[in-house]
Amino acid sequence: MRQFIIRRFIYSIITLLIISITIFSLVRIAGGDPARLYSEAGAREEDLARLRAQWGLDRSYPEQYLSFMTNVFKGDIGQSFQFNRPVRELYFQRFTASLQLAAGALIFAMVVGIPLGILSAVKLNTWWDSVGKIVALLGLAIPNFWLGLVLLIVFGLYLGVLPVAGKGGFTNLILPCVALGWYFAASFMRLTRSSMLDVLGSEYIKLARLKGMPDYVVIGKHAFKNALIPVVTWAGIYLVLLLNTAVVIEYIFAWPGVGNLLVSGIFQRDFPLVQGAVIMIGVLIVLANFVVDVAYAYIDPRIRLTR
Amino acid sequence: MATVAAPEMAVQTTQIVKSGWRAVREMPLAAVVVLSILGIVAIFANLIAPHDPTLPVENVEPAFFAPPIWSEGGSSTVILGTDFQGRDVFSRLIHGSRVSIIVGLVGTLAAAAIGTVMGVLSGYLGRSVDTIVMRITDAWLALPALVFAIFLATLVGPSMWNIVIILGAVFWTRYARVIRGEVLSLREREFVKLAEVAGASKLRVMVRHILPNVMNTTIVLASLTIGVVIIAEASLSFLGVGVPPPAPAWGSMLSEARPTLLTGRWWLTVFPGLAIMLVVLATQIMGDWLRVKLDPQLRNL
Repeated sequence: MRQFIIRRFIYSIITLLIISITIFSLVRIAGGDPARLYSEAGAREEDLARLRAQWGLDRSYPEQYLSFMTNVFKGDIGQSFQFNRPVRELYFQRFTASLQLAAGALIFAMVVGIPLGILSAVKLNTWWDSVGKIVALLGLAIPNFWLGLVLLIVFGLYLGVLPVAGKGGFTNLILPCVALGWYFAASFMRLTRSSMLDVLGSEYIKLARLKGMPDYVVIGKHAFKNALIPVVTWAGIYLVLLLNTAVVIEYIFAWPGVGNLLVSGIFQRDFPLVQGAVIMIGVLIVLANFVVDVAYAYIDPRIRLTR
Repeated sequence: MATVAAPEMAVQTTQIVKSGWRAVREMPLAAVVVLSILGIVAIFANLIAPHDPTLPVENVEPAFFAPPIWSEGGSSTVILGTDFQGRDVFSRLIHGSRVSIIVGLVGTLAAAAIGTVMGVLSGYLGRSVDTIVMRITDAWLALPALVFAIFLATLVGPSMWNIVIILGAVFWTRYARVIRGEVLSLREREFVKLAEVAGASKLRVMVRHILPNVMNTTIVLASLTIGVVIIAEASLSFLGVGVPPPAPAWGSMLSEARPTLLTGRWWLTVFPGLAIMLVVLATQIMGDWLRVKLDPQLRNL
């Protein structure tokens, strides 16, 4: 187990290194002049020259990369010129709001997706199964931001029952959570359905049925518990994804989270902010993957051996 | 030789036509209809669209935000209404289909091509090539696709072809991962071993023996991700880093509708989104059908 953790840890570090090299080189290749990218539009030429000297942009790329990484390790991932504050600080300031939204969306997705998945697996090829399939298809096909806009029109404007923007009470959470969670509800539905079908086809379920147990005991006690293991594992990964990919939804609902920070970076052409936020998101996801991997290996010893 | 081969060829052709027609008949009808209409509309957008998508329609009351034809005050010249500049929503939708199709197809093609080549190289050559490609794949997969695309789009600036390149660069990793797995098992198969023993070069084995056998997987994956690519383009355009105005992309239309979202001009938001939804739904259904048809192993994907 210790070996497994060490190996996974080294993998994570390598992954992070590659992400950092990717970001660093893409900025140099595609962006051209970092001094221009890192300063506000319309900066004077002599200011740009001074910046280049100050940041050592006249040095070789490996040297530049080293100093970039040193800064990242010190926790300095750049300074937003729009807010004139370190990006790290801004990111963590917005973090709780994003976490709230992500948790809400996850709960919505699970509450809708898991029961539907079970129903369509248990009542295979019936009306319920068709409903499940339609939900699964629509979950992928409806863009989440469009769903958000339509929900705003229906519930915010015409029915006028729910608030349309910002962070406040519980009611502010409903619309963005539904819009954000919709795609994941469909994912949960498909996951639960296939996992449930796997379990229902297994020997011990057949035995339980042969023993003459009533259906609800077989499904509720034996099948459900085991079918839920992969679903719960995915829930952890989904939470991290929801946390960091709610960009467009946060923008639509003016939710003061990480995603909206990223959008304001785009609109204000605040490049250090965009780059810093992307780095933070990468670090967080790699970290989460590491934790999930280790947790999974702890639950299921077979994984330790295969990887 | 040629005289003998000719009748065989003829038989083959009719067989191909027949089996092709059978394949078409088996396809999910609704999806085929939607995609055919989309294709025709995109190709002949200039002829079908009643108005110029980038210019205001003249002689319509009111000049801006005219409602759809069936609403109160709707005009028959602009059946789906007009936007904040008085442009015809219907014509913009028609021209917008071009953007979605081009970005969806070419972006997917780029991703599939890069990913398949990388996957084959990685899986067949193994060793350091495999390590490098797979570490890059892992790292790039760790970044959420949309966030990665936003980062790249801010870097290079908005333009349709930039978006195509960006989406190709973001999505190839998914193909590489799956194709590599396929190649790893193909590599051990008899026919590959035989080709190697017969002295075929590595390049030849990869191109002639491995590649044809992973094409089905690539096609299935491509048909399933084309919808994701279309939605990604719409999201980027919605955020203003995708296809720049005044080009009528569905995502940009939604973006332009947002400031007046809560003033009751629902048609500006509803129709572009419906268009995206229909297209993605159709590609998804086609993709599912292809998956069952071509590659039973991918059924649980």
